[in-house]
Amino acid sequence: MTQSLIVIGAGHAAGQAVVSLRAGGWDGRIVVVGEESHVPYERPPLSKQYLAGEMELERVFFRPPAFYDDAEVELRRGRRAVGLDREARTVTLDDGRALRYDRLLLATGSRPRRLELPGAGLDGVCYLRTIDDVDALRRRFAPGRRLAVVGGGYIGLEVAAVAAEKGLDVTVLEMAPSLMARVVAPAVAGFFAALHRRHGVDVRTGARVEGFAGTDAVEAVLCAGGERLAADLVLVCVGVVPNVELARDAGLPCAGDGEGGGVRVDENARTADPRVYAAGDCTSHPNALVGRRVRLESVHNAVEQAKTAAAALCGTPRPYEQVPWFWSDQYDVKLQIAGLSAGHDQVVLRGDPAAGSFAACYLLGGALIALDAISSPRDFMGARRPIAARAKIPPERLADAGVAWKDMT
Amino acid sequence: MAKITYIEYGTEKAHTIDVRKGHTVKDGAVDNSIPGIEAICGGSCSCSTCHVYVDGEWLARLPEQEDMEKDVLEFAHDVRANSRLSCQIRVTDELDGLVVRMPEMQNV
Repeated sequence: MTQSLIVIGAGHAAGQAVVSLRAGGWDGRIVVVGEESHVPYERPPLSKQYLAGEMELERVFFRPPAFYDDAEVELRRGRRAVGLDREARTVTLDDGRALRYDRLLLATGSRPRRLELPGAGLDGVCYLRTIDDVDALRRRFAPGRRLAVVGGGYIGLEVAAVAAEKGLDVTVLEMAPSLMARVVAPAVAGFFAALHRRHGVDVRTGARVEGFAGTDAVEAVLCAGGERLAADLVLVCVGVVPNVELARDAGLPCAGDGEGGGVRVDENARTADPRVYAAGDCTSHPNALVGRRVRLESVHNAVEQAKTAAAALCGTPRPYEQVPWFWSDQYDVKLQIAGLSAGHDQVVLRGDPAAGSFAACYLLGGALIALDAISSPRDFMGARRPIAARAKIPPERLADAGVAWKDMT
Repeated sequence: MAKITYIEYGTEKAHTIDVRKGHTVKDGAVDNSIPGIEAICGGSCSCSTCHVYVDGEWLARLPEQEDMEKDVLEFAHDVRANSRLSCQIRVTDELDGLVVRMPEMQNV
């Protein structure tokens, strides 16, 4: 008898898993349970081309809707899994039905961190995670409207860039002393702050938000120090929280907050229960490259971990071993990040920020561990192999943009 | 619409697909789950995982490569003179009949 697989979540990891499972020979039943009304789709364009109205909805979909019928994948859309019983091997949905599984893949993703502040529930205080979120946000975009973006990370800055280009009056409020402080060096953060300011965005770092004011809809952001920043629209982008509740409540081990949270999986994307796998934003995996557990929020990780889970499920394991990478598009500038810079003890700049194209190289004990490429895809592409090898490269060679990556030793 | 033929690496299995004008060669491959194209970045010229080889005479008839594509492509697996990123080839009527081949692997 063939095996039955249930995938919980219908995001990028779920979409990739389904494709890889069928390609890898999984001939059993596949059911995908997702809360949203859409087929699995790619989130990166949401805060970029889709928000800007430059990409049609069907191009956001991971695969065309017809794919799932052709691949005999049952999509249960608009349904949430509310219970997992690992002994009975059932998942209970919010309509009360129970589905039985032989194998389970948790691809539950993450959700925006909510602000627990006075006035945070007012109309006009928005979050961005889904197509529906962006559709709602786009309807509120109009030239001259005042948008306050709370949080100066990738998503907040991408939205700020689109909004500024649409003629909105944009303010970015970042609590940390610099933008994208969790991931990039001060020189990179400074470059992006200047970029946004050139486009008319009021970028404020070290800015603490204490609440929101308004009668029905939001009218102002209340800042520490007493300032009342008038706003017609607020977008809160202060990170995400992994959706681990279903797994945790079923007794599956999860990483602590100090490790970034997430359902603990091994290098084959398997949880502590051999019948249960997990992939994407919701997982904590042992990363050989950085020598510790990490939880990543990226498309690359969602795709590769989904492939790893699919390979293991098909009986042809292919352990996950990847240099993480990320990208962000803001105005006409492309930021590409390879590796994880956390813990670095040295930063070397390659190229001249004033020229609009450069890279920041992160070293730890002389080894290259990460690189941010700013409109410099050659540096991004070239650095990936040395980062994987944790190559020791003399800083003066990294700093010399005349030294090609293939000669970098 | 333009008919684009995608040929798999090794097996030489050919898939001929009607791709809509304005879509990219990458879109046609992804929408039909053609093995060999990853396109992890969704077509934003960020990753080189939609690398293809363009058959014969077609290379000269494609839109010029922008610098970004050249830089990204340089580090793809087994780059040749007829390498392109399929996300950067937008389909026009003139490309009806285009044939592209998959590389052995994509650098993910």
